[in-house]
Amino acid sequence: MTTSRAAWTFVTPALLVIGAFFALPVLAAFALSLTDFDLYALADLKNLRFIGFGNYLDVLHAPLFWKSLLNTVYFVAVGVPLSMAASLGAALLLNSPLARFKGLFRTALFAPVVTTVVAVALIWRYLFHTKYGLINYALVHLGIEPIDWLGDPHFSMPAIIVFAVWKNFGYNMIILIAGLQGIPQELYEAARIDGANAWHQFRHITFPSLRPVLLLVAIITVAGYFQLFAEPYVMTRGDPLQSTYSVLYYMYEEGFTWWSLGRASAIAFLLFALMLIVTRALLWLMRRRGEAA
Amino acid sequence: MNPRVIRVAVNAALVVVSALVLFPLLWMLSVSFMQQGESSAFPPPLLPAHATFDNYRQLFERAGMGRYLANSLAIAGALTVLSLAFNLSAGYAFAKLQFAGRERLFQTLLGALLIPAQVAMIPLFVIMKWLHLVNSYGGVIVPGLAGVFGIYLVRQYAQTIPDELLEAARIDGAGEWRIFLRIVLPLLKPIVVTLAIFTFLASWNDFMWPLIVLSDQAWQTAPVALAGLSREHVQDNELMMAGSMVTILPVLALFLVLQRHYLQGLLLGSVKG
Repeated sequence: MTTSRAAWTFVTPALLVIGAFFALPVLAAFALSLTDFDLYALADLKNLRFIGFGNYLDVLHAPLFWKSLLNTVYFVAVGVPLSMAASLGAALLLNSPLARFKGLFRTALFAPVVTTVVAVALIWRYLFHTKYGLINYALVHLGIEPIDWLGDPHFSMPAIIVFAVWKNFGYNMIILIAGLQGIPQELYEAARIDGANAWHQFRHITFPSLRPVLLLVAIITVAGYFQLFAEPYVMTRGDPLQSTYSVLYYMYEEGFTWWSLGRASAIAFLLFALMLIVTRALLWLMRRRGEAA
Repeated sequence: MNPRVIRVAVNAALVVVSALVLFPLLWMLSVSFMQQGESSAFPPPLLPAHATFDNYRQLFERAGMGRYLANSLAIAGALTVLSLAFNLSAGYAFAKLQFAGRERLFQTLLGALLIPAQVAMIPLFVIMKWLHLVNSYGGVIVPGLAGVFGIYLVRQYAQTIPDELLEAARIDGAGEWRIFLRIVLPLLKPIVVTLAIFTFLASWNDFMWPLIVLSDQAWQTAPVALAGLSREHVQDNELMMAGSMVTILPVLALFLVLQRHYLQGLLLGSVKG
């Protein structure tokens, strides 16, 4: 009895905070998305009007929403596989029994993860500079014409993807190394006795054993990449020609530049719905393939 | 293939990849010591011709970076200490104390992890406005006082505490809070360090919410102020690199000192159990 009462005194403070500053706002966001909440309503709630699904219809009819959605999907669809490939490659290298100074290399490869996005985005903005950037300098040496990375709508998103891969691959690398270390060594020994080469070992032992970890990592990364915001905010302001305008950037502009808080809430919910659908689909797809294999 | 060749190839690949990954950070350090305009040249210089502290001086004297760093430190520091209190007590209770509806409540909390924070941001701004917490440290600290991820991390770790230990203390007549403070907290020390560094880093690096709730420059954190400065000083590359440097340095240093704890937490937090 007393334990149970004590238990509630332990959990209640945290539950109150999460309830008041997360659960309540999430519910309120849905309510807000059904109203024309704006600067006038912020001053006086009497100015608030219920407009049903008007915001959702408005947003779905706005070309900029579709543009931002397409950009975000591009970022996720290209950025996530590249990030995971980089993480897996680095994890395989670091997990190799032949590798030396593993701790040192691991620290070096993980360092970008702990840095501040805004600060490192500024570095990359300059590395991508058309005239003075080191990336174009390197390309010119390889005989490639300078590219206007952040000024050409064809190259702006690829540039942001390169930056995001650099910034984030170390995180999944750590999780994948732990996954690799969990694979029983006997499997490899047996394979070697059967004459399997390195590629066969990777295809038939490493990859299948790692599948659950890869799925987990894929879902975490997809969810994270859908929340693209700081990178375009700092590097391109959503330009050129709105080619790096993301859904969250759109939400931020609608909400805090134009103060259409109702419409911004609708955008947030549309993004949330899309994230749920995509991560669920990913889960379903991988499970089905896992059963088939 | 010759095993010696493979050994050399693996290590060479690690050296090259590490050098490429670290290069932007080292280059930032180098440019931050260059004279104004020096880095805008072709070919781009790798090292300053005459190293100078001018950019750092300007950053603190004219751009007010000291104030922004102090804001960041105050917010991240307060958030770390306070949220530890909330998350440790809740995480421990979810692991070790019996109460009705415990499992269902915990599953509900885990479900909340699926919802991106941005969904809550707009009403949260309205709530903060009503509470007069916009443009104050409280605007960032109060919503972050407790978090599902922190509670989950503590619960995972606290489950390893043997029940017999707690029962023995109860038989000796110790109260639940006394048991928590005297017996449980010392045992939770590793996860306290891990969660502290996680919270501090996340809070220091956070951008979108501080950008929304701290529009007044006087209260801005270093990343928010840096983003603002970069929009004003588009050409001032050396100054910006110095700004990036002082923003990254505290978290990078903290990570280097405590990386074992940080990486442990990362694994504990992502491997389902």
